[in-house]
Amino acid sequence: MANRIMPRTDAVIVGFGWTGAIMAKELTEAGLNVVALERGAFRDTYPDGAYPKTLDELTHLQRFKLFQNLAVSSFTFRHGVADQAVPYRQIGAFKPGDGVGGAGLHWSGQHWRVRPEELALRTRYIERYGKAFIPDGMTIQDHGVTYEELEPHFDFAEKVFGTSGQAYRVKGQVVGDGNPFEADRSDHYPLPPQKTPYSAALFMKAAKEVGFHPFLQPSANASEAYTNPYGCQMGPCTFCGFCSGYACYNYSKASPNVNILPALRQLSNFELRTNCNVLRVTLDAAKRRATGVTYVTPKGEVVEQPADLVIVSTFAYNNARLFMLSGIGQQYDPRTGEGTVGKNFTYQTMATIRTFFDVGKNTNPFIGSGGNAVALDDFNGDHYDHGSLGFVGGAPVWCNQAGTKPISGIPVPDGVPAWGKSWKKAVKDSYVNTVSFDVHGTNMAYRDCYLDLDPDYKDQYGQALLRFTFDWKANDIKMSRYITSRALDLAKAMGPKSIQVVQKNFGDHFDTRPYQTTHLAGGTIMGLDRKTSVLNRYLQSWDVHNVFALGSGAFPQGLGYNPTGMVAALAYWAAKAIRNDYLKDPRPLIDA
Amino acid sequence: MKPTGISPSRRAFLRTALATTPATLVLAQQFFHPSLGLAAAETAPKAYQPAYFTASEWALLMSLVDRLIPADEEGPGALEAGVPEFIDRQMGEPYGYGALWYMQGPFRDAPAELGYQLPFTPRTLYRAALPAFDKAVQARFGKGLVELDEPTRDDAISQLQHGTLTIGILPPLVFFDQLLQNTREGYFCDPVHGGNKDMAAWRMINFPGARADYIDWVEQYGREYPFRPVSVAVTGG
Ligand SMILES: Cc1cc2nc3c(=O)[nH]c(=O)nc-3n(C[C@H](O)[C@H](O)[C@H](O)COP(=O)(O)OP(=O)(O)OC[C@H]3O[C@@H](n4cnc5c(N)ncnc54)[C@H](O)[C@@H]3O)c2cc1C
Ligand code: SF4
Repeated sequence: MANRIMPRTDAVIVGFGWTGAIMAKELTEAGLNVVALERGAFRDTYPDGAYPKTLDELTHLQRFKLFQNLAVSSFTFRHGVADQAVPYRQIGAFKPGDGVGGAGLHWSGQHWRVRPEELALRTRYIERYGKAFIPDGMTIQDHGVTYEELEPHFDFAEKVFGTSGQAYRVKGQVVGDGNPFEADRSDHYPLPPQKTPYSAALFMKAAKEVGFHPFLQPSANASEAYTNPYGCQMGPCTFCGFCSGYACYNYSKASPNVNILPALRQLSNFELRTNCNVLRVTLDAAKRRATGVTYVTPKGEVVEQPADLVIVSTFAYNNARLFMLSGIGQQYDPRTGEGTVGKNFTYQTMATIRTFFDVGKNTNPFIGSGGNAVALDDFNGDHYDHGSLGFVGGAPVWCNQAGTKPISGIPVPDGVPAWGKSWKKAVKDSYVNTVSFDVHGTNMAYRDCYLDLDPDYKDQYGQALLRFTFDWKANDIKMSRYITSRALDLAKAMGPKSIQVVQKNFGDHFDTRPYQTTHLAGGTIMGLDRKTSVLNRYLQSWDVHNVFALGSGAFPQGLGYNPTGMVAALAYWAAKAIRNDYLKDPRPLIDA
Repeated sequence: MKPTGISPSRRAFLRTALATTPATLVLAQQFFHPSLGLAAAETAPKAYQPAYFTASEWALLMSLVDRLIPADEEGPGALEAGVPEFIDRQMGEPYGYGALWYMQGPFRDAPAELGYQLPFTPRTLYRAALPAFDKAVQARFGKGLVELDEPTRDDAISQLQHGTLTIGILPPLVFFDQLLQNTREGYFCDPVHGGNKDMAAWRMINFPGARADYIDWVEQYGREYPFRPVSVAVTGG
């Protein structure tokens, strides 16, 4: 029972990160009264990113100042459906966001679109390679939306984010030395590319030598001063190196806080309430319409917020959890394949190559900017023939000199002990003389990789933790190892003293300990058929039509690129459908 | 299960119990060895009174970190860098109490890949592991760690790392990992946290700390960065 009932509002937004902020801006523009509820604290450049305090590695990367406090709420993991899950007790593989701006406050800024063929992945592979090419148990699906439909939204999101980059093709015309595999664009990036640090320049040179097609990766770290379409201002990035995991001290990294919130703050039809942890979306008796949401404050007060429209924008997997806790849709069951909520949880299949040089190379990896890189798309998507390779998926490869700090890891060559005199010497010799690059692979969806509510473990509010059932599969390891082997040619061309490859072996289990990425997807996937998806192509719940769920939870499988560009474009795409169609006549936008 | 804590009265007792045991004297002598090349008075952990660790734990901790990152001509050792002080201070932070970890039970056995699954917080882990380790060292080598010579200390630590030295109910590797992580943190953190004294560890690797503005340096390929580091506490310079 609620202790308090708030006045009704037109729309309530659950979670104020990138997608919540985008939707708040869109719905207030449409004249709606909008209340955004954020479970975490208020955050902004000041004080959370203020110089010099923000440039403190221990506080941010080892004590996770800006991340979700797992003591309040966490997750459980198991590798197989028959196993017992255990909690994610310490932050490791991924770093969940919390507080105003969400993970969007302390992301890195690698800002991609999507490879068009990934949006209709299942259809594409069946047409090109035949149905038997897709391994048993792989449950990949089409998004149900095309690149052409999303293109205006990719373009607008880049302008909102102040993205720096070099286009290859604009309106069919080749305009510059960008990514030759990139899909057509309607416009240039709003800012020119950033400068290129030494590691990335070495990578670029070697990539060209071995016949790849390197380009300057788009980054939402401003190369110049910029004012976005909302009138929000950015200053040029100084390559401070304290980017991923930190709020930018300099208004240079795009964030909901810097790029959207200043515009929202001036509106009388917008309210942001912090420290409001939404427990559930409340439904009518028939579970066909949402009546609002219920949240809890830090004092334990339970509050009801009635609303006509509910936007769920709680980050990736969290949307699935909120659907489960609210009873929206049917829980997916891996044994029968029935139900959809929780289905197709996916991640990112990472591999890393490190090259070590003699003392005196001075790659100076403390210089760095989160989204800045030289990348290549030669092995991403499906513009090359997978037939003889025998795997589904691909990977961009990039050298992202983002700022290496000493505690979180100075790479040392293979064979160096973890401590003692020789470790120390290796650290000293390696730190400024190393070049690292990543193979950022897709992760396909599988029948037995999914989300549900844990039967045993609870959060601070007594609600069940989300349980992840997830493990690596041979297809993805095969993909990653193949592309890593090709990237090794590039490493050798750099002429290092030694090379180290960190990659998965067949049979390796998912390891929750070392950081990989915070690119998790699925659980509330979008699609064309309500029997196999949770959301329709407008991110509207098939079951409860006044609920829309934003974020990478909608991806039917993991993309090659980082998700946020796609997540932002999809949020604008959903907003368009709400503004132009749904608000005039609230109903299921697609007949089931 | 709730995280277990140490009672305030016991903590107060332990704080006053630090004394000049023979072990700390041995360490102090090593620490003030002239070859270290640093103004010892400025950096002396001797001046620091541990708030959490008992005298014998403190001596053992110093003896351990001293071997994990030894002092040599390349740069500071963990003792000069103030690693023990850092770890002791961390024990008083929310981190030390396990307040950043999910600590609700049940605590189950699980594959190593699924991460830490013990009911110990950093405070209770050190408290349980340090004496258990020393006991195991006594049993195997006939003396406590602080009394062993350097090669034997390294051998003992190596056995801990490889799980061949059992320390009661605790998995040896869990303690080793915790200790090594905290040692590296104390060695390389911003000095504001009590470690990395004089930013000497940063100077050893040429990490400039919180300088933040490298825009003019991004494309100076291969040039050694010439400016000394700055801390978030001590800006400028
Ligand atoms: C360290 C790091 C680096 C990253 N780097 C990149 C990158 O370079 N490129 C890229 O594309 N992506 C990157 N990402 C991912 C990127 O941050 C996310 O894709 C993006 O923020 C997703 O936006 P979102 O709105 O879905 O979620 P978020 O921005 O995380 O916002 C969700 C918000 O919902 C709140 N919330 C959750 N549950 C509730 C509840 N029950 N009640 C109320 N509020 C709730 C959360 O506290 C959070 O503030 C990175 C992530 C991390 C952590
Ligand atoms: S690297 Fe650039 S964008 Fe990132 S935090 Fe530093 S100044 Fe900001």
